[in-house]
Amino acid sequence: MTVVAAKPISSPAALQRKREQLGKQRSGPAKRVRVCIGTGCAAKGSRRLYELFVEAMKESDMAVEAVICVGCHGFCQRGPIVVVEPGEIFYQQVEEPDVAEIFRETVLGGRVVERLLYEDPVTDKRAKTAAEIPFYRAQQRIVLAHNGVIDPTSIDDYIAVGGYGALAKALTAMTPEQVLAQVERSGLRGRGGGGFPTARKWRSCRNAPGQPKYVICNGDEGDPGAFMDRSIMEGNPHAILEGMALGAYAIGSSQGYIYVRNEYPLAVKHLRGAIEDARAAGLLGQDILGTGFSFDIRINRGGGAFVCGESTALMASLEGRPGEPRAKYVHTVESGLREKPTNLNNVETWANVPAIINRGGEWFASIGTEKSKGTKVFSLVGKVENTGLVEVPMGITLRRIIEEIGGGVPDGKAFKAVQTGGPSGGCIPAEHLDTAVDFDELTELGSMMGSGGMIVMDEDTCMVNVARYFLNFLNAESCGKCTPCREGLAQMLAILDRITHGEGRQGDIDRLEQLADLLEGTALCALGKTAANPVLSTIRYFRDEYDAHILQQRCPAKECRGLFRYEIDPEACKACGLCLKHCPVEAISGEKKVPHVIDQQKCTHCGTCLDKCPFGAVLKV
Amino acid sequence: MADDVTLTIDDREVSVPPGTTIFNAARRLGIDIPHLCYDPALGLAPTSSCRLCLVEVEGSGNPVPSCSHPVAPGMIVQTNTPHLRETRRLIIELLLSDHPHDCLTCEKAGACDLQKYAYACGVKESRFASEQVAVAPVQDGPAIVYDRSKCILCGRCVQVCHEVQASRAIDFLGRGFDTCISLPPGQTRDESACAECGNCIDVCPTGALTYAGAEGGGRAWEFEQVRTICPYCGCGCTLVLNIHDGRIVHITGEPGLGVSKGLLCVKGRFGTDFVGHEQRLTEPLIRTGGELVPATWDEALGLVAERLTRIRDTHGPDSIAGLSSAKTTNEENYLMQKFMRAVVGTNNVDHCARLCHASTVVGLARAFGSGAMTNSMDEFELADAIFVIGSNTTECHPIIGAAIKRAVLSGKTTLIVADPRAIELTEFAAVHMQQKGGTDVALANAMMHVILAEGLQDNSFLAERTEGFEDLARAVEPYTPEMAAKITGVPAALIAESACIYAKAEAASIIFSMGITQHTTGTDNVLSLANLAMLTGNIGRPGTGVNPLRGQNNVQGACDLGALPNVYPGYQKVDDEASRQKFQKAWGAKLSPNVGLTVVEMIDAAADGRLKALYVVGENPMLSDPDLNHVEEALKNLDLLVVQDIFLSETAQLADVVLPAASFAEKDGTFTNTERRVQRVRKALDAPGQALPDWQILCDLASRMGYEMHYDHPSAIQDEIASVTPSYGGITYDRLQEGGLQWPCPDREHPGTPYLHKGKFARGLGKFHAVEFIPPREPPDDEYPFVLSTGRVLQHFHTGTMSRRSDVLDTLVSVGTIEIHPDDAARLGIADSETVRVASRRGQIELPARVTERVAPGTLFLAFHYREAPANRLTIAALDPIAKIPELKVCAVRIEPRPAAKS
Repeated sequence: MTVVAAKPISSPAALQRKREQLGKQRSGPAKRVRVCIGTGCAAKGSRRLYELFVEAMKESDMAVEAVICVGCHGFCQRGPIVVVEPGEIFYQQVEEPDVAEIFRETVLGGRVVERLLYEDPVTDKRAKTAAEIPFYRAQQRIVLAHNGVIDPTSIDDYIAVGGYGALAKALTAMTPEQVLAQVERSGLRGRGGGGFPTARKWRSCRNAPGQPKYVICNGDEGDPGAFMDRSIMEGNPHAILEGMALGAYAIGSSQGYIYVRNEYPLAVKHLRGAIEDARAAGLLGQDILGTGFSFDIRINRGGGAFVCGESTALMASLEGRPGEPRAKYVHTVESGLREKPTNLNNVETWANVPAIINRGGEWFASIGTEKSKGTKVFSLVGKVENTGLVEVPMGITLRRIIEEIGGGVPDGKAFKAVQTGGPSGGCIPAEHLDTAVDFDELTELGSMMGSGGMIVMDEDTCMVNVARYFLNFLNAESCGKCTPCREGLAQMLAILDRITHGEGRQGDIDRLEQLADLLEGTALCALGKTAANPVLSTIRYFRDEYDAHILQQRCPAKECRGLFRYEIDPEACKACGLCLKHCPVEAISGEKKVPHVIDQQKCTHCGTCLDKCPFGAVLKV
Repeated sequence: MADDVTLTIDDREVSVPPGTTIFNAARRLGIDIPHLCYDPALGLAPTSSCRLCLVEVEGSGNPVPSCSHPVAPGMIVQTNTPHLRETRRLIIELLLSDHPHDCLTCEKAGACDLQKYAYACGVKESRFASEQVAVAPVQDGPAIVYDRSKCILCGRCVQVCHEVQASRAIDFLGRGFDTCISLPPGQTRDESACAECGNCIDVCPTGALTYAGAEGGGRAWEFEQVRTICPYCGCGCTLVLNIHDGRIVHITGEPGLGVSKGLLCVKGRFGTDFVGHEQRLTEPLIRTGGELVPATWDEALGLVAERLTRIRDTHGPDSIAGLSSAKTTNEENYLMQKFMRAVVGTNNVDHCARLCHASTVVGLARAFGSGAMTNSMDEFELADAIFVIGSNTTECHPIIGAAIKRAVLSGKTTLIVADPRAIELTEFAAVHMQQKGGTDVALANAMMHVILAEGLQDNSFLAERTEGFEDLARAVEPYTPEMAAKITGVPAALIAESACIYAKAEAASIIFSMGITQHTTGTDNVLSLANLAMLTGNIGRPGTGVNPLRGQNNVQGACDLGALPNVYPGYQKVDDEASRQKFQKAWGAKLSPNVGLTVVEMIDAAADGRLKALYVVGENPMLSDPDLNHVEEALKNLDLLVVQDIFLSETAQLADVVLPAASFAEKDGTFTNTERRVQRVRKALDAPGQALPDWQILCDLASRMGYEMHYDHPSAIQDEIASVTPSYGGITYDRLQEGGLQWPCPDREHPGTPYLHKGKFARGLGKFHAVEFIPPREPPDDEYPFVLSTGRVLQHFHTGTMSRRSDVLDTLVSVGTIEIHPDDAARLGIADSETVRVASRRGQIELPARVTERVAPGTLFLAFHYREAPANRLTIAALDPIAKIPELKVCAVRIEPRPAAKS
């Protein structure tokens, strides 16, 4: 729980003393239960688990502080996750009745509850700690290092693991220029999608005339299925605050803003608490750590428009205007929020900064590829065995992420493509799985790094429908300001709708490409400029699927309704009558002991027969 | 000044100042880059949303929007490459994909930008034809029609509504493809902040926004366009009359042109259909056997000439009086006063300025030496503070109201409003002082008390430019804010805050109107404001001044040209012998040295029989003057009442002879607006029937009375005006083709004067006047417990002669209402919209109540436009002793629910 520092920490030395003191308190084999309350685990009831642990502690006269809530561990597929110290025993898929057993066996008895450990599906070996689980083994955690370890509502927890040490170091031993130089040396590039060199942005803002200057943290994570930033905000909010304070110091700003989606209530709550605690501790506000540097942060909540993740739209929204992008003939680093020099980075970018200052730019630059340094957090979802949040060094191959960390495609299906970069990213097919993950490599393949969404698709996924799905999202989220995006996306969606309904026309692919070209060349903001990527990349790699839809009215993945048939395999049919009974349009005929038949004229392709058949006799052809 | 930037556009070099956009640099070369969302004419900022104006810049990746992209040295720009042409073509195709192809019947055809670019790009049909937006056009008011299916979401209408008109009534609603332009969801146009100004129609590049009244009236290429000046308030906006088939089909503003730079209000844009109204007078009428019957011009003018001559010869020239008109041209006002002075031989000539700004003319002349608005309309946006007192600017001078709102929204200007009512401007004000009616002197004195107490006065200005400061200082000494709070009802802290805002501003402007002038202390009020401005040195510089807003299109000109009983044109006094000699010589007639009667004095003189004949040009005392029952008795007591008008007004109905006149659209001439700007009025239509311009009628009549008066054209009259009127000395028609000239303009080389009293007051030193607070004449009492204030509403004008005959305006507000505070209404059992009876010592009227917190408890407000419920049946004819203006702003009344009709 929040432990508000009694009085502000007056100096870097006092911060160091406090850290040492906290270290002493926590040394030794203290017993501690860490319950994940990240949104994924919380959705599966982990809040209740926490309460049960607290009750159990009380009944045993143990300090209730021994059970804490922690942020996302990343392995959401296996939530709720409970880790017990000492020993870092990693329990997964914990349910309410398991609490008593964990408490009795592990907390009190020091024994491991084997059945709650992760079991490797290949080797059948049970993993006692996270480090033994393949999902974690290939990861390298910098940003997420303390997620799942510290209590995000406790500033002491953050300080105990070295938190605010980078800020203290910068304010006492480094000039703003030196901070900038370290970030420059690190090669850090923006994690929000564009991959713009962070130090270059900072420097432009620092050099821009005009006061005051602002720093903004973009926490408006809008990509469907992406939850990297949410997990950092929920699990380690102080890292963001410390990163922003470092950036503000380097840039010469004294006011920061965090723009968070309103759909992230826990993130808002944790950030808000963290800001209050940091202020009380003298780590935000006037005269931080007695060094004379002042910096404060305010939180603004977004209204859920995807486009508000775009920097100029976000700033318009912060000013209380409609969240629409503006023409960027003047860069926001020169004239951004309230027409003042403004530096905007996303959550993950800011959260990387303390580690860079602590360990040096060289260290950071030693990780990754030539032009993409450090690690990147991805939300790995879709048709993959282990979904969750993964942090990997730049340069790792897509294959390792999907097969090694993700455990490959489930149910023995074949891998078809991976979609990276959020809705305006692109789909990368199997032949490029050995591509190194790197800003430029992904762009080369017609996709992009984006903010780190990664959706795995298997053989049952229709790529035309995938394009239509993303276009539908983008069309709904287009702000409507510029013509190409507003009108162009609507037309592209209309064409894709047509194609997936078997009504595609000759020339539709050309039309799509023309519109895509128009969007890329003329749209007002990055949302529009990249909006055609899902279409372009699927045409590039899966043109045959488009052709099949348009020319043969056939969906090769058998996903587009109406573009494949349901048939009953007479060999497999046991004539049980279930499909016949449930068919809503009486398209199925048959008698006892006679294999049933679907009347294709009557069939509406609803799929009920497939669902109802207990023998797998209904086939898609 | 930084050096110009040289760049190359389409292989041609051009040098422009830094910060110029590529679009504007290209314009310098005569290259018009296609554009839809950008409308530079009204000064709207580029939004770069249509993407049609993209150009290629060598070395930069994607094309850039030229409307917003600034030039850079050495930049190489291509505006019309094959790729750009294809891009534009595709954008047009996209816009046409869901746009109805009904150019054959679309009102906008020929003036539609989308049509223009489709033609230019050769787009016959869209490759992306899809289902069209199936939404019927919405007409949610009498004028504005929004056809969403034709809307290309360029946002110009939203921009003009927010940034220029500053109503902020419409905005984008929804997002993406489903975006539309909308009022706030759930609000009707009537309930919204929409002022129905229709500027959105002007800026719409397609047929999405149109004027309902113009439907079927013709299209761009069929219109003859005539530029002229609005006949309503004193702003003097330039109207473009779009004429087809002998009718004004619709009115547009011309961006950048005139005082409003193209912005118009609801009256100017939609209110001129009265010109073609069926009730226009088309032939002279003579009262015969109690009835007004048609006559020939010869009969009518012969009769008037004969009877005026007989009355003059029998009772003397001073038994005849004339009312000139603030609605007619300068030339006609000049001739009217010349007719009264040189032909009839009396100075009994006045006009309705007596009822609005007589106290201004007197007060400012005494303090500064000139009675007109000191500064220009476009300077309000330069002011750091604006103090609006007694002016409901957004309703009565909408274009200036919009400028004030823009100034506030820009963040530069702090607004102080003093008004007994909560008007629209109070929503924009940093301070609203809701003073009791008629307590302005106390308020101003207290502000000056604070300024002196805080040492905020401008000592060097006081020393160098003024006299009488000690008198003032002594006079305001007792007026502490606390003392004034008791008189005015305004909390002392607000008075002090206002004083500090006004005094500390680098440039502060005072705006006032009838809330100041229409009091028995009107002159005192004006003097107080002049004191305030001089005390802080806020005069004689841009963005400062004491600025009376004149209420009628040409009330300034009517005053300037001597339609006043005490002065000849140019405020040359009739009782000054040199002036009289000058005019006797110029006009070749003997002139009376006696100051004539004012409006209200004429009525009194008629009532008691001293006045025998009254000649009224375009005025309507039967609605406009105080205490109408008295006016009616007086007019009926005359031997001869002649009314020259465009309609059979309430006054004309009592006349012995009615002469049909031409409207503003049917004659040439000039109007002088509130900022002293003389502007050209141009003939666009022939007058209906036998109606004639006022100047021609006057010339004919003068000649019949033995004084040869002949001019070929109003320009010849102006030449004569220039020869006898120093401030108009340099004004000739050939100089008025664009924009007009602000007097003083003494000679042909003089460029006009945007602001007065620069360096030196017209009278030399500015004079402070010690002014004491005097309460209004008729305070409320037990019998008449409410204070009634009168005024205007946005949609109507003066006595409604014109605005009540406009379809749009009369539909918008078809009935007068009396505003009453909810507490009073509840106490008296009066419900909103319920008919009430309002009575004063002089008369009573019945009309619906409007229960609203706009008025303070104990006060009522009523506009004076309505013949069905004439406010002036209630008002008092108590006069300011100096300016003779009646106290139309304060009288005591009682209000009660209408007694149930007897069965």
